[in-house]
Amino acid sequence: MSTFTSEPGLSTTSERQAVTSVVGAAPSKEWVIVTRGITRDYDMGGEVVHALRGVDIAIRRNEYVAIMGPSGSGKSTLMNLIGCLDTPSAGEYWLNGELVSRMGDDELAHVRNREIGFVFQTFNLLPRANALANVELPLVYAGVPASERKRRAAEALEKVQLADRMDHRPNELSGGQRQRVAIARALVNDPAILLADEPTGNLDSTTSDEIMRVFETLANGGQTVIMVTHEPDIARHARRVVTLRDGRVSSDEPQAKFVGRTAG
Amino acid sequence: MRFLDAIRVALDQIRVQKLKSFFTLIGVIIGVMFLIGVVSIVEGLNHKIEVDFAGKFLGVNTFNVRRMPNINVGDVTEAEWRSWQRRPKITKEDAYAIKAALPEDARWAIQDARTVNAQSDYKRAGAPVLAEAVTPEYFTIKDITVSKGRLLTEQEEALGTNVVVIGTDVADEYFPNLDPLGRTLRLEGTEFRVIGVMDKQGKSLGFNFDNQVFGPFNSAMHLVTYSFRDIAGIVVQAPNENALSDVQAQVRELMRRRRRLHPGDPDNFVLETTQSAFAAWDKVKQVLVLAGIALPTIGLVVGAIVIMNIMLVAVAERTREIGIRKALGARRRDIRRQFLVESSTLSVFGALLGIAGGFGISGFLRLVDFPTTVAPWSILLSVAVGGGVGVLAGTYPAMRAARLDPIVALRSE
Repeated sequence: MSTFTSEPGLSTTSERQAVTSVVGAAPSKEWVIVTRGITRDYDMGGEVVHALRGVDIAIRRNEYVAIMGPSGSGKSTLMNLIGCLDTPSAGEYWLNGELVSRMGDDELAHVRNREIGFVFQTFNLLPRANALANVELPLVYAGVPASERKRRAAEALEKVQLADRMDHRPNELSGGQRQRVAIARALVNDPAILLADEPTGNLDSTTSDEIMRVFETLANGGQTVIMVTHEPDIARHARRVVTLRDGRVSSDEPQAKFVGRTAG
Repeated sequence: MRFLDAIRVALDQIRVQKLKSFFTLIGVIIGVMFLIGVVSIVEGLNHKIEVDFAGKFLGVNTFNVRRMPNINVGDVTEAEWRSWQRRPKITKEDAYAIKAALPEDARWAIQDARTVNAQSDYKRAGAPVLAEAVTPEYFTIKDITVSKGRLLTEQEEALGTNVVVIGTDVADEYFPNLDPLGRTLRLEGTEFRVIGVMDKQGKSLGFNFDNQVFGPFNSAMHLVTYSFRDIAGIVVQAPNENALSDVQAQVRELMRRRRRLHPGDPDNFVLETTQSAFAAWDKVKQVLVLAGIALPTIGLVVGAIVIMNIMLVAVAERTREIGIRKALGARRRDIRRQFLVESSTLSVFGALLGIAGGFGISGFLRLVDFPTTVAPWSILLSVAVGGGVGVLAGTYPAMRAARLDPIVALRSE
């Protein structure tokens, strides 16, 4: 009870500093995300914009982290980097023990497929495919045979209580149901991290609560969850909040109400 | 597995947007339709000319000694035509001289023909018939058989008996619902007794084989056909294919001697074989084959451009979908393949419609008695060409799709 290191899903500042400072060394397996001084510059017609100016973040397996910040703080850029949709201009990014900051397009695609489950603000479901086919999609690119694909996708939909909506297309589902399909799709490949970008941005407050309860359940079940949001109400659900300002981490704090809480 | 998924996506696309897909594919459809259609016309004509036409007109291992070519499918210049007109006529003396010089196992016949008016007791003014004066071996050479009665005999030839063997159309025209055997057919006022009715042979390229009547050359038929002036041709059949050129050389030498031609003078007669007739047909075929290549090519090029255009639109419309797929782990090659398979499926689908259309053209032409045969190889070629056009047209759009930045793609509306 003296420290919260015993709390699963939380890391201490000293631990994080230790793991982010040893440049070039692979972090131990318990650290699912480690970034060391990552920067991202954009060339906007001759003018260089520094979206990220050296970000050190370490996230341990099972943590539930919210990344916050006002617009222009670099949180979208950070999310793209963490989601392996982009690579940093400089610095190291280790995901699940692999150095992804030096990877090429196809390797990144492979990592996205295996390690990351995306949940987007606008759901991003394929409009012409039904719920089952949408959830199957990551398995298609993982090369899973059709019969197994169907079985696993159906299981994932059952987990989000949508077993009875499998053959509905996105336009036949409510916003909350669509987001739950997206969550099922994100989880179907058993990824190292669930990466959510403003997951409740397009939902009313009741539905938002419902989706946040799904995340809560997943986090309690041991899923690493990283959520990018600008809404303090939503960030409140996370155990730890990382705040960005002007391309740097301005604060990285456990939420007070979770500090000292024991496991279980 | 993913390949099949991509085909299914493409077929869904076609099903959802039937009209748009049809217009997209119209170039390919028309191109393939022409390909199948023209090939079927060439094949059909080829079959007709090689088997029916040349076979029936000329016979197997046979050549005709004539003043000028009978089958002029190619172009003949004015000068050529006039020089032919100045040539000496072929006479029956030539014919008997050739007969005397031929080897024992070769066959020989005189043939002359003229379209004349006919009459019978049952039909006063019927359709004109083609009267032919022939010696009896003509029937063996041409493989003509009778369904009723008999053919001309050597005796009738020797005696010059006025008898005729008639075609089925002549029988129907002049002896409706009657047995023509033993009845009288008048040709240009001369009476001939019908002794046989030939088996039906049908029409070929406008020539009606069933509207002919054959009488002995020595009978009054040679007056009916004006054979006292000249004869149309002397038909010679070599005993086999190998002997054909020898017999031809022999006859040619004889004719040159009779015409007192000096060495170096050109022949003033022709020995017309199936080959020489085919040479003319080959010229026509070349033109048709060129048309058969040019028309589909234009259609397919237009088709490829339209498909490429549509695929570029599809890539633009589905930028977000591409972003989603990339976020979920699709590699460049997965995206590229998806769009390539889609454009190929679209194009092959168009080719299939075109093949159906080609069968339609071919079937319609057969209905109006134009010979056509759809060649199996042209179907295979069409499917292959369809796939090729799809791949060609899809390559650039697919590469654009594959190269999209997932972040930008996800943000697009």
